[in-house]
Amino acid sequence: MMPSNALTTTRRNFLGGAGLLVAFSLAGLSSARAAATGEAEPEGVGASSALPDDLQPFPYLDAWIRIDPAGRAQVFTGKVELGQGIMTALLQVAAEELDMPPHLVSIVTGDTARTPDEGLTAASHSMQYGGTALRLAAANVRMLLQRAAAPMLDTDEAGLETTGEGTIRAPDGRSIGYGAVAATLSLHVQAQADVPLRQPATFRTMGKSLPRLDIPGKVTGAVSFIQDMRLPGMLHARVIRAPAEGMTLTLPSRTEIEAMPGLYAFVQDGDFAAVVCEREWDAVRIMRQLLAGQSKRKNGAIPTGTIADILKALPAQDYPIEKVAHPTAAATTRLSARYARPWYSHGSIGPSCAIAEMKGGELTIWSHSQGIFDVRRVAANLLDLSEDKVHAIHVQGAGCYGQNGADDVAADAALIAHALPGRPVRLQWMREQEFGWEPLGAGMVTEVVAELDADNRIVTWNYDVWSPPHNTRPTSANGVLAGWEVTHAFPPPENVPIPMPAGDGSRNSNPLYALPNMDVNFHFIPKGPFRSSAMRSLGAHLNVFSIESMFDELANAAGIDPLTLRLDHMSEPRARAVMMAGAEAFGWQTRRPKGKFHGYGMGFARYKNLGAYCCVFLEISVEPNTGFITVQRARAAVDCGEVVNPDGVRNQVEGGLIQSLSWCTREAITHDAERRTSFDWSSYPILRFADVPVEIDVDVLPRLGEPFLGVAEASQGPTSAALANALADATGVRFREMPLSPEKLRRALIAL
Amino acid sequence: MTVSLIVNGQRRTVSATPDTPLLYVLRDDLELNAAKYGCGLGQCGACTVHLDGKAVFSCLTPIGATQERQVTTLEGLGTQAQPGILQQAFIDEQAAQCGYCIAGMIMRAQSLLDRNPAPSDAEIRRHMQPNLCRCGTHHRIIRAIKRASAVLGSQNGKGDAS
Repeated sequence: MMPSNALTTTRRNFLGGAGLLVAFSLAGLSSARAAATGEAEPEGVGASSALPDDLQPFPYLDAWIRIDPAGRAQVFTGKVELGQGIMTALLQVAAEELDMPPHLVSIVTGDTARTPDEGLTAASHSMQYGGTALRLAAANVRMLLQRAAAPMLDTDEAGLETTGEGTIRAPDGRSIGYGAVAATLSLHVQAQADVPLRQPATFRTMGKSLPRLDIPGKVTGAVSFIQDMRLPGMLHARVIRAPAEGMTLTLPSRTEIEAMPGLYAFVQDGDFAAVVCEREWDAVRIMRQLLAGQSKRKNGAIPTGTIADILKALPAQDYPIEKVAHPTAAATTRLSARYARPWYSHGSIGPSCAIAEMKGGELTIWSHSQGIFDVRRVAANLLDLSEDKVHAIHVQGAGCYGQNGADDVAADAALIAHALPGRPVRLQWMREQEFGWEPLGAGMVTEVVAELDADNRIVTWNYDVWSPPHNTRPTSANGVLAGWEVTHAFPPPENVPIPMPAGDGSRNSNPLYALPNMDVNFHFIPKGPFRSSAMRSLGAHLNVFSIESMFDELANAAGIDPLTLRLDHMSEPRARAVMMAGAEAFGWQTRRPKGKFHGYGMGFARYKNLGAYCCVFLEISVEPNTGFITVQRARAAVDCGEVVNPDGVRNQVEGGLIQSLSWCTREAITHDAERRTSFDWSSYPILRFADVPVEIDVDVLPRLGEPFLGVAEASQGPTSAALANALADATGVRFREMPLSPEKLRRALIAL
Repeated sequence: MTVSLIVNGQRRTVSATPDTPLLYVLRDDLELNAAKYGCGLGQCGACTVHLDGKAVFSCLTPIGATQERQVTTLEGLGTQAQPGILQQAFIDEQAAQCGYCIAGMIMRAQSLLDRNPAPSDAEIRRHMQPNLCRCGTHHRIIRAIKRASAVLGSQNGKGDAS
């Protein structure tokens, strides 16, 4: 009998396997961690531990920081650069608490052999959890250095101070470098929770906009991305799949394929197939020839109709989210509405890519996955290798904004490389494969019933949200395409929702507003018509869109300002401060109508009700004959606690704002009964230069000394809501089903 | 076939089937990283390079059509040690998030500045329309182009004065 992971492989051409092999000891990292893995909020390992969540499973300081005899620090983080600037921000955190100049600090990111397993780089957790852990570890190291320096300087520890230059100075002016002290010191000691942190008044690095470490290379053509890696003897692969998920492709006979000029190997196992060539273009050419075969849908038809039609017809599990009941005055106004969003593509500009090499019984995978330790778990499971025989290394890819094809392509490459030991294999998915097979951002629908009393107090808030999964991140072979395709397949697991407070489809479904009566329910649809998983802000996008749209609908019905209605129902001081700061900067109170088809809108949320606070204000005009919206001004106010890199925060919020405008006004995965029909940028348009706001400003509120709050996903919900609200203000028409596309607007507005 | 072309001022000779896109030759044969595979369809601009001074999609340009022609890639504008004016402007404005589109953005923008060193905002937006950015860095990219334009303007001013 064949082993479960066996591949039938043909090799027409064996060349000497050069290739890299880097086998590191994995000792100490093999046990699964329990902290911030996944999209959920970490619960902590031991209730007694006062250490930050990410430090608990890796309490030894040398897992995080090492200092060489020359006085240079090397920092290790399980978090990875996704284009969000986290590498630079984390380096700043470490430099600050070590009290060293940033240029003496280097950083190693997600690598199963070298860094702590901090779970996914996702859910806006990297500063909130990763940054907090690294900060305390660095403060511990600084304390130990200072303590060890005392006898070396023959003085009392209390009089010593760090200088910011990587040296420790005695009161009499003598000083010693970190390198000399570190050479006498073991950092293999556990972090203490109660070590003093450096105070904002003396910050030298945090709070400053240190330029991003990776930008100079990216603007000059350095090896910056996994796509740019070239290993000696590297082969090029293309995976052969039907045009979209749920379909199978009929291939020619193996003999026929093997006769194709330029082919190095054809790798096949069950429904998994890939071609491997010495030259990349040959692989593309052969792939295209093979795609000419017949493809057909495997199972039942994809339901068609509105998003609500599709979702509400599917089996759902019901989860109560919030139930609050208080006596109130009688209701005088009752509104009900349904809101929806379609399925979205992550739309990475660079399709997913991975490199893998099998050598000496050990597998190395280079991947841009958000979960590099999960890449190892998946490959080990898929290939029946022990985890210590698999080394996964993160290398940057194009921005992913959630779970795109990264994990799938890594498993694909592992499967191919395993069949062709001795040479590294680079697998690049094609644009149309990314559109056809990546997990999508889930389509969703909400229904809201809200009532106001005579004093314009909200007395009833009934809210229902239906959503397929927003988290099907793989942790074993049963979560990737290759696992489902191989002969001895790993059937997909039962999908489960992320519990609150993070939530998935339920994320931000519980309003932050103080409402006396709330009945919020989540209807989780375990199996939707498409593969779906995490995409920036998950369900918060539609939930915030719905809540903030309904607030404007209520304000409109009551004839009061939308900001007033919000402030009247908001008791959290920081939420109020963000709304008011944004309103002030935008000039909300002094806004004036500028004629027909011109309007203003706002939207607010605190991401997950536990991350950053963000309020977005928009001024728009609409061209009714075309349905095109011009955002004249966009202004966001954000409070994300202590700010490490203000320019980085602004970049993330501004980028999220533009991306959310794109989702809200342009994007929808199209499909017919057989398959997804979005396969390129013309069938899945996103915003281009002519469509982005004329002006954008982001105000970051100073919150010195406050904990870090994740900010990368904070502007997604508020922006789409602000757009719908501005559109209603501009046209008098309330649009509730995204995308608010030019065509949809034109049709509605032409009737006015 | 054998193709001889001038890449960033240097004559290069490659052997490839004539239908091979210039992008694959640049990346795989000449080991130049900047031009990126994005869509292979001329819809995103990540692969933008200059062919005889004009911005083209290298993913759609067959190598067979480049015989004896001049190709400029991002690498031809400068280095990390000595970045070109536009590259420096992108660094100064921190005009990248993931940065995957940026090589194409810079080459697209350079073709505008070569023709018109002082473009208006509207001209910049119109000219940059073929190139996609998913991270939402558009405003920083526009600012970087304007910054480079200002530097070019001041250099020309100096040139006129001397």
